[in-house]
Amino acid sequence: MSAMYGLMAEFASAEALVAAARRARAEGYARIEAYAPFPVEGLAEAVGFTRSRVPLAVLVGGIAGGLGGYFLQWYSAVVHYPENIGGRPLDSWPEFIPVTFELVVLGAALAAFVAMLAANGLPRLRHPVFGAPHFDLATRNRFFLCVLAADPRYEEKGARRFLEELEPMRVVEVAQ
Amino acid sequence: MSEQLLAPRWGYASITDKISDIVLQRPIHWVWALGFGIAGTLTLVFFGCMAWLFAVGIGIWGVNVPVAWGFAIINFVWWIGIGHAGTFISAFLLLLRQKWRNSINRFAEAMTLFAAGIAGLWPILHLGRPWFFYWLAPYPDIMKLWPQWRSPLVWDIFAISTYLTVSLLFWYVGLLPDLATLRDRAASRAKQVVYGLLALGWRGEARHWARFEIAYLLLAGLAAPLVVSVHSVVSLDFAIGNTPGYHSTIFPPYFVAGALFSGFAMVLVLAIPMRRFFRLEAFITLRHLDNAAKIMLATGLIVAYGYACEVFTAFYSQDRYEIAVTLNRMVGPYAPVYWTLLFLNVVVPQVLWWRRARRSIPVLFTLGILINVGMWMERFMIVVTSLNRDFLPSSWGLFVPTGFDWTMLAGSIGLFALLFLAFIRFLPAISIFEMREIAAEEKE
Repeated sequence: MSAMYGLMAEFASAEALVAAARRARAEGYARIEAYAPFPVEGLAEAVGFTRSRVPLAVLVGGIAGGLGGYFLQWYSAVVHYPENIGGRPLDSWPEFIPVTFELVVLGAALAAFVAMLAANGLPRLRHPVFGAPHFDLATRNRFFLCVLAADPRYEEKGARRFLEELEPMRVVEVAQ
Repeated sequence: MSEQLLAPRWGYASITDKISDIVLQRPIHWVWALGFGIAGTLTLVFFGCMAWLFAVGIGIWGVNVPVAWGFAIINFVWWIGIGHAGTFISAFLLLLRQKWRNSINRFAEAMTLFAAGIAGLWPILHLGRPWFFYWLAPYPDIMKLWPQWRSPLVWDIFAISTYLTVSLLFWYVGLLPDLATLRDRAASRAKQVVYGLLALGWRGEARHWARFEIAYLLLAGLAAPLVVSVHSVVSLDFAIGNTPGYHSTIFPPYFVAGALFSGFAMVLVLAIPMRRFFRLEAFITLRHLDNAAKIMLATGLIVAYGYACEVFTAFYSQDRYEIAVTLNRMVGPYAPVYWTLLFLNVVVPQVLWWRRARRSIPVLFTLGILINVGMWMERFMIVVTSLNRDFLPSSWGLFVPTGFDWTMLAGSIGLFALLFLAFIRFLPAISIFEMREIAAEEKE
């Protein structure tokens, strides 16, 4: 028999999923995943998500974009190709602001996109949960809680009994 | 008491099926096919004109000294203006927690992308030698030349390419969960593979949603000042020049308000047929149209203030050239354009003070078209009447558009329609997961 990824319970409502995730954490399960068709308030905290590093990446991206943008203009206008335009200073910073601003936003937005995907481990061609029965409904109207086999407290019979207690619609095995 | 955004009979499954079936199940209707055919023909004509333009040069247009900026610049400003409402709806209204935006943001963002993309074509076509457009990009070339950073035209390149990129990212991030829905609901292998690849493996895990929401909110926060900056920078193309009629400090706010005004008008022009044709009245309700109409009324009043301010400043400044340009607009050769645009942009939208007008489909649709025509004429007024009679009477001249001018304008509208019609059939025109959120909230 192939290795298990985990046991998955299916629920009909977001409230049931949040309650189930909280129960599972209270029972001592540390490695659980919850799947929902829309962002459910409190669900990420319930599965033990603490903080995201996406905002930091956005800050760094914005600063990098701004510094890079100003440097680009300063270097080309002052060092590489100095040109006297109407006697204005070579480093005419007020006129360098629009491009700098645009590159701050561009750097920050690209960082937000890349950091969100990278932290989520996306893009990804294959994942074990896609093999679970009914999982196509996770993007429609059903809510899933998965207790991972990698959890130190995981033991198949105990985990199944625990999930059945939550009164889900069904409990299925997820193959690795 | 506010109306509900969604009737209680709609649940997660029915919302999902209703919106995704438009893409996955619905057979091609002859009305859509006819529209696609017409838009496709116009697009081919547009491309044909472009080829001819590249072959023989911009002499095929009516532009000449003194009016060297003609339809290309008018169309550029017009299209980029239309491309403002989408990101405004998505970003500003998200930050302001306006939940009604959830059913109109997706197609409005698509509209933004298509309009801004088409807008970006015009300055390139307008270059005498368009094949050198890449000279505007900063790169260490063997000519040892750099872009002129003190020029608003260079700011424009950065503003528009950033706006396009950020709008595309924002749109695509918002699409990921819905692409996953299409992947999971598609019946054919080909659709599963295509939507599956586009969905990047999205599976709706709680941590993913948490990071998604943070990233989406931050993108909204970044896109909001960008919306304001784009048309401000476009207006600086004019305002920094010392041509009377261009050289005005009111331009940035006046342009931004005008952009939102025409953008919301275009949202109505697209939403009204779409909701009727695809039976989306339950999602895009009269309340949505009413709210869009109110924003149109508000931005329209700012535009009216802009017109008044320009005239006032011209006379108050006692600058004889500013006064001459203003009088030229009012009684000169292009006076009919001036008075028509005032009528269309200032007088006609006042019907929106009445609730019955804001909730009448025919009124809103007609108004949407009239305002878009009016805003195109406004850009004609700004671009052409400022140039045709400037400082020296010896260098005055008239601009008369040629057949190529009109054909290419029509062609760009065809290209826009073609892209939008394709979008409706290939991607969910309404954000499915955000509608599920509304359903979850209304249940509480």
